[in-house]
Amino acid sequence: MTEQSYVRTEMLGEKPPPSSQVGPVKWVMENLFSSIPNAVMTLVSVWAVYFLLSGILPWTFQSSWNSTSLHGCRAYIVEKYGEGTEGACWSVINERWKQLLFGFYPKELYWRPVVTLILMFVAISPVLFASVPRKVMLFSVIYPFLAFWLLWGGSIWLPIVAFSGFGVAYLAIVFGPALIGSLGATIVAGVLPIVYWLFLAGPIIAGLNSVAPIGIEGIDSDQMGGFMISMIIGISGIALSLPIGILLALGRQSPLFIVKTICVTFIEFIRGVPLITLLFVASVLLNYFLPPGTNFDLILRVIIMVTFFAAAYMAEVIRGGLAALPKGQFEAADALGLDYWKATRLIIMPQALKVSIPNIVSNFIGLFKDTTLVSIIGLLDPMGLSRAIVADQNWNGIVWEIYAFIALLFWIFTFSMSRYSMYLERKLATGH
Amino acid sequence: MSMAGHTADKKAFRLSMLIYDTRYRSITIQLIALIALILVGAWLVNNTLNNLEALDKELGFGFLSEPSSYDINQRLIEYDSRSTHGRAAIVGILNTLLVAFMGCVLATVIGVTAGIARLSKNWIIARLMTTYVEMFRNIPVLLWIVLIMAVVIESLPVPRSFKGDNAISSMLFGDSVAITNRGVYFPKMVLNDGSTMVLTTLALSLVGMWFFGRWAKKRQAMTGAILPTGWIKLGIFAIPTLIVFTIFSLINQTRDYSIVTTSPLENGALAGIERPLACVVGGSSQSVILQTLLRESGQRVKIVEFGSTDEAKAAYSAGECNVVGVSSGEVDSFVASLGVPSDSFVASTTYTHGTAITLSRPHFVGFNFIDGYQMRNSLIALWLALSFYHGAFIAETVRAGILAVSKGQSEAAAALGLRPKRVMNLVVLPQALRVMIPPMISHFLSLTKNSSLAIVVGYMDITATLGGITLNQTGREMESLLLLMAMYLSISITVSVIMNWYNESIKMRER
Repeated sequence: MTEQSYVRTEMLGEKPPPSSQVGPVKWVMENLFSSIPNAVMTLVSVWAVYFLLSGILPWTFQSSWNSTSLHGCRAYIVEKYGEGTEGACWSVINERWKQLLFGFYPKELYWRPVVTLILMFVAISPVLFASVPRKVMLFSVIYPFLAFWLLWGGSIWLPIVAFSGFGVAYLAIVFGPALIGSLGATIVAGVLPIVYWLFLAGPIIAGLNSVAPIGIEGIDSDQMGGFMISMIIGISGIALSLPIGILLALGRQSPLFIVKTICVTFIEFIRGVPLITLLFVASVLLNYFLPPGTNFDLILRVIIMVTFFAAAYMAEVIRGGLAALPKGQFEAADALGLDYWKATRLIIMPQALKVSIPNIVSNFIGLFKDTTLVSIIGLLDPMGLSRAIVADQNWNGIVWEIYAFIALLFWIFTFSMSRYSMYLERKLATGH
Repeated sequence: MSMAGHTADKKAFRLSMLIYDTRYRSITIQLIALIALILVGAWLVNNTLNNLEALDKELGFGFLSEPSSYDINQRLIEYDSRSTHGRAAIVGILNTLLVAFMGCVLATVIGVTAGIARLSKNWIIARLMTTYVEMFRNIPVLLWIVLIMAVVIESLPVPRSFKGDNAISSMLFGDSVAITNRGVYFPKMVLNDGSTMVLTTLALSLVGMWFFGRWAKKRQAMTGAILPTGWIKLGIFAIPTLIVFTIFSLINQTRDYSIVTTSPLENGALAGIERPLACVVGGSSQSVILQTLLRESGQRVKIVEFGSTDEAKAAYSAGECNVVGVSSGEVDSFVASLGVPSDSFVASTTYTHGTAITLSRPHFVGFNFIDGYQMRNSLIALWLALSFYHGAFIAETVRAGILAVSKGQSEAAAALGLRPKRVMNLVVLPQALRVMIPPMISHFLSLTKNSSLAIVVGYMDITATLGGITLNQTGREMESLLLLMAMYLSISITVSVIMNWYNESIKMRER
């Protein structure tokens, strides 16, 4: 009897996994067709995507770029792509994009808003990137006045004299405590610049103008418009609201009853009403509250109300940051013997602000989108201009192209900001 | 010793302690803040009074009781151009609440669906939802509102295309719903005899469902036995109502009905009157009968409803209506008291009700639909835009809420032997909900506030009535805007109080 063995003596060679378990097939099976409902959803989604794209893509690309009217556009598209084709009339964007960006700003002066925008990135770079030298902060302080002067033009003395008001306050803060105590110095630093701006600034500017009339061409506010005005309102709103928001948040946390009540009332009032009602206040009511005869610019009035609006939301964001700080931080600061403002400035705020930066950015995105509301009270932001363009005889009846362009502008801006905020969130996540 | 120390303290009080002593400093600061506030307030009020005087205006809310003389096309309560500005404001606030409520519901549905779908394992669905969220979140809501309004106007069929035998467009759900670019027309509910009983039964069923749910939960806690609550609740909800409905529908509801007219009837139509104004005694079911009577002869009619026969008589005698509809039992006394000249002024018919509650479907007559209820295109555009825009934010909240529940929770639940659906319902969702509720409150509030953008599509909400036309007509900027803000403020505060109370009630109870 021969010895028979049914047991292998050597190992089989490795075989590749079955085709359903590797590569794209496996991916598709797992991610798209893992179960019957899943497969149905996949097919429905694919159909929906096809349906949307088959409508939008031909319309987008079978288009006309160089016609001078909607009628011309349609004729051109029919001639080029055959009878019955409907395509986008991008010619309107080609003709009006400058207007949608700059409003009625003089064409030869477009460099001024552009330079302002570029300088803005320099000014905010120390906030955005830690690697930028701290000295750039000085430029950030000057920037708002420079930006105002570049955009509106006119005499250079106005922004300089206005800026020097802060210099007065700074002097009071530095030299005041030695003379009148820190509380007195704080009050004086608050009151002195207001007195200076109200009573001294006017004559000083007039004097300097007569001695050395330096300036650039002035631009009226009603020439401002387009995306530029959204940027102006959004950015100045958020920049001005930051300090006010910090003060309100601190006030809301304060043990001082009256201060706390004032802050809570302000915050809850502003947060309880829609922005549009505040804009109505800016356009029809604000002049009632000011001394008879004062009549200042609508853009400025809008910026004031938008700042109030943003400050209330900013206060809540910063309050969240303050609440996230462990109590030990406050106690440690007290134990070191720091007074309230020093503790806030050196220990509390840097940490609270760091925690709230992502929320501040999303607040800004919200505010930036909300600037479109100014079209309702008659400012010519992109939405306001779109109405003017549609009313134009040549472009009467055009809808989608302008909205698509405005939507794209906003989308690029806000989407990149939201990505930046996510990047920050990851970078600032110093926890576990 | 302590006595001496105390007096020493008192003596030691100097004025400078108001600044340097922390005990007194807080009072000093608050006093300064108060004085500053009063000064600023006084300055503002003083300026306002001066300005008002210069413009020769007086503050006062008297304008609210003056006739408004403008029309509001979408409304929930009776209103016409002779109504007051105050009533216009009420119509406006109801419209605001309507669109805000509808928006909150739809936005929640969209947001929850999109938020869960974004976490789906299905690649293409997750990508689609991400695209949706990023698209809607990053484009201003104002743009979405005008864009969706444009889509509604440009892409939906005009009402005319529903006309005639070879209509281009057709109505949905057996000729009940017409979707046009002027809005959606859907059937109006007509309450006939017995409808009160049906609706009462329905309300009682809802209460019963709630009690049953509580009882079932208690029973489960006591015994561990689980009832098929879903089916039983459905039964409690549907069966009694259906039975009552059927009973009242089976009762013979034939009714004799008569009309009395101001001019002779020719072939069932009023001679020489294009569109008569009809007065009926009773509610919507009487209106429908009268409408059907006159429409058979091709006559269009506008109807006013009266509570009692005497009021209808008075209106007829005053010449306010061309037609009065009464039940046949009353027609003789009616004719006698009015002194109607001849029989040709009176017509009768027998009318059979279908059921306790019937639907009055929209009909195409002349240039537009009548009879149904119209939801105007502005309301639809605003509703959809707000829902999709805020839905995108809610989707992110829902996603964050689900991700916030640590994986260990669902794994532990699975290890206990719970099935996936139970894991979701009993372990993940209750915990996710706690994270989600506070941001949801703020989404709902901002949706309500954003409904004020209705003004760009011409939906007459409170901003468009009180803060728009009323303000412009009366020139009462101060009063209108203050009232407008107060309205929004009270809505916001009410919503946040209710939602915070709810939040408090589901909050985790910690030791």
